[in-house]
Parts: sequence; C-alpha cells; structure tokens
Amino acid sequence: MEILERRAVITGIGQSEVGRRLHRDPLALTAEACLAAIDDAGLRREDINGLSTYPGGMVPGAPGFTGAGCTEVQDMLRLEVDWYNGGPEQPGQLGSVINACAAVATGLATHVLCFRTVWEATAQGGGRRAGIGTSGGKGFRASGFMQWTLPFGAASAANWIAMFAQRHFHEYGTTREQLAQIALNARKNAALNPKAIYREPLTMEDYLGARIISTPFGLYDCDVPADGCTAVIVSRAEVARDLRRPPIRVEATGSALRGRPSWDQWDDLTTMALRDAAAMLWSRTDLKPADVDVAELYDGFSFIALAWLEALGFCGKGEGGPFVEGGARIARDGEIPLNTQGGQLSAGRLHGYGFLHEACVQLWGEGGGRQVAGDPQVAVAAAGGGPLGGCLLLTRR
Amino acid sequence: MTDEPSRPRSRILPLVTPENEHFWRGGADGELRFLRCRACRTFVHPPAPVCPECLSFDLAPEAVSGRAELLTFTENHQPWIPGFDPPYLVAIVEIEEQKGLRLTTNLVNCATEDVRIGMPVRVVFEDVGDGVHLPLFEPAED
Ligand SMILES: [Zn+2]
Repeated sequence: MEILERRAVITGIGQSEVGRRLHRDPLALTAEACLAAIDDAGLRREDINGLSTYPGGMVPGAPGFTGAGCTEVQDMLRLEVDWYNGGPEQPGQLGSVINACAAVATGLATHVLCFRTVWEATAQGGGRRAGIGTSGGKGFRASGFMQWTLPFGAASAANWIAMFAQRHFHEYGTTREQLAQIALNARKNAALNPKAIYREPLTMEDYLGARIISTPFGLYDCDVPADGCTAVIVSRAEVARDLRRPPIRVEATGSALRGRPSWDQWDDLTTMALRDAAAMLWSRTDLKPADVDVAELYDGFSFIALAWLEALGFCGKGEGGPFVEGGARIARDGEIPLNTQGGQLSAGRLHGYGFLHEACVQLWGEGGGRQVAGDPQVAVAAAGGGPLGGCLLLTRR
Repeated sequence: MTDEPSRPRSRILPLVTPENEHFWRGGADGELRFLRCRACRTFVHPPAPVCPECLSFDLAPEAVSGRAELLTFTENHQPWIPGFDPPYLVAIVEIEEQKGLRLTTNLVNCATEDVRIGMPVRVVFEDVGDGVHLPLFEPAED
C-alpha cells in the first residue's frame, strides 16, 4: 500500500503578530500570516489553488473562536481555488492540514494554503473566559451534546478534560507535581520565544499556589487565549523541488476515530480520541517514537500533552507522570524536547497550528535561542483533545 | 459545618424533545430511564434511533435501578453560568446495569473530601421546572 500522504510536503510557514488583546481585525491577522507563508514558500498567490482551515466560518462557539473562514480568505486574496475545506468536524485542528495532504496527494490541488485564526483574547475582552454555549440568555435550552453537560454546570473543556486527568491520577497515581512539568517546561521554552505571551519564570510554587479552575487543574494547566493567525503551505512533492526551501516531508498522518466521540462516553477515561489517531500514525511508517527529535503536542490543558506523550509511545500507557517528573526528559536538551515554542500554555492558544509551525521551525533549524541542538530531522505535531485528535509525522530526510 | 458544595440558584435546562423526554422527565415518576433495545437488551445512551449492537430499530425507554459507580469527578471553581455558583462537583457515573452506560451529572450531598472514585452512588432527582427532573447522584452505601 502506498502511503499517499508522502506525496505531500510543507513548503512554507507564516505567522501574524501574536498577543493578548491586539484589537486588530482577525482578517488582517489572517492576511498577514497567509501572505507570509506564501512568500516563505517562494510562491505567488496565483500559485495557491487550495484552502483549508479549522473550524471555518459560520461556526458558533466561544467569542473569537472563529477568526476567518475559507470563503473570506478566498475573497480577500482573490484566490482561485480548485479545492477547499473548512469545518469543525475534522480530526482536530490539524485535520485541516491532513485533509490538505490528501488533496495534493490525489491531485485535487497543488499548493494548499492552510490557516487558523483566533482572536479569543480580544473577543473575550477584560472578562473571564466564557463557558461554551452559555451565552444563550433567559429561556435558552441546551441541545445536542451540550444538553448532557450544561445542565450540570460542566460548561467548559476545563471541566471535561479535568475529569480525564482525575481518572488518570486515580488509575496511575499521577500527581499535580508531575503534571506541573508540562506547564513549567512550556514556560522555560517560552522565555526563549520572542513571540510567546508569558515569558517570565514560573516556579512549582507558583503553579501549585495558583487558583484552582477545576480540580485537578489550576490556572497554569489552562492555555492562554491569544490573538493571531498561523498559516502553512502544503504542496505536492513533485512540484516542490525548485521552491525556496528544502521541503519538509509528510511521513505519516493519524486521523483515526474509533471510540465514542464524546467527552463522557469515551471508553477509557485516561486517554482520548488522540489514542487512535496516534496509533494510526505509527501504523503508516517504519519510523519509531525513538526516531523523533522533537515533539510539538497540543496542550490546551496540560493533561492533553501528557496523554499525547503516552499515546504516541514516548512512554508507556499510564507512565506519563513519572516520565515528565522533574522535567528533564521533555526539556530542550532532553530525550524528547516538548513544545519548544512554549506551547499554548505560555506562547498562546493558536489552536493547534502553533505546534505544526514550531515543528517546521525546528526542522528548518530556525528556532534561534530555542533551537533544539543536533539538527533535528524528525518531528511530530499533534493537536486536539477529547473527541478530536490528529497528528503528523514530519521529516527532513 | 459542611464543606458540601453549594446547589445552583439556576441552571441551563435541556431542550426536551420526543427523543430525550424519557430521560429528562422520568424523574417525575422517580425513575431514571434509558432507551433499551428490545431485541438484544442493550441500553443506548445518548438516545439514538438504532441499536449500535444489533442495528435493531426497536428501542423503548426502560427504568434502571439508579445505582451507579463514580468513574471520575471534578470540583469546578470557575463561574461559567450566571446563577450556577462554584464550587460544585461535576461527575461521570456508570450505571450499574451496563458497562459503558454513563452520564455526566452533579455529585450532591457529599463533601469534596469524601469523594472517592469507584464509590457507589445513587440517583436523586432535582425538579428544575418545565417538567425536567435532572438526575443527580449522591453517595450510596455499599
Ligand atoms: Zn440491539
């Protein structure tokens, strides 16, 4: 069987200004990132004939959750596309990139501009982070999957993911001090990333002393809403040879969904849909977890990164706590450098795309002060938690 | 004296439909009801038109004992919903009659320090108006 996604490569990346409450038009952020990515690949906008995004326009959600959709970008840049894709029902945020790989591999497009814009920091303003679906006002009734959670005040992924973490703590003895390392490691890396939102040192004491959001999660287990757009160009390998950069190869993708796609019906409450996405990824390559030089794993909540570490086989099932304990293994000079840009926990919630962007930065050796030593050749980028999950294995080889 | 989390002044209610009515209104009769396949006896939740095991369309509501096991929980401290003041306990419980038959709920009549994953719980209904009786759970004796 041909692993068809290997016909796809990444040829360029771009990112807008990133920050808290930039008060900029999300479309302006989008244009900034998209044009940067097109330029980075050495392409002109006329070369782009595909578009892909998550979750796309016309999607209700928390304020600022949807920054820009395909049709808006197509119109704004007057692109002529043969293929486009946007929507929330994908294998996580990076599902939109996986779909782009499929599009170029099958010849439906040649160069796909993939993007994700968030402006949650500005949209939420000075207020608290909103619960999902809680803005309906008097007389509002919860329907769909929210009917099973909202009446009980479980209005946020913070609650849903916290219950997965709690179950993991129960079954495997995982501790808050262990989980803290995901956040502390992210902050250390963020200190070396000029675009990261929180760069000042964070101690274990700070972590444990922070206000509780939803046990076992405290403030530093939750990512920080941001404004920004990240864009990536996915190209068909055979046309990418003469472009500006050495292309990054897509070795394998993981997009599987096997269990019940729900926050509370999932069979194993110590893992999530990412379990099967990760397993699929390894079923499509001869590479092994030990071959990976850098891991950029979704940390919308700290526990999700821990679950990805386990699911991707960087440690055994249930062993995530001891694996990250002390932080040395996941440090920039450790066994598997994790979230080298600072993750969403410290660099900002760019919603999945930040991890893919950073994987490319590291493989191209452009991490500056945060660059992983030894010329990394293989990276994994993964995004999604709960019922969403998708991942890509990328190589320079 | 109690550390028991508070009960909300107001809740967001579910939209009751013909498909979910048995679940949201069963508490009026003191019953926790789920759809059950008449062909293979599998409970199906959330409600679906077809049995996921045998693909029969012959499903009907049936009451369960209301006994369950606490699978996991969280004590929420963040105010998400006006009138639903933290802290409160959110839990996932598994109904005794069938492995995997689960729901998200609130754990009530229980101090946070007494919560143990794996503990037996039983349903108590909260009448929240509009004929809706939310199934909440409280500690039960072994
Ligand atoms: Zn059946």
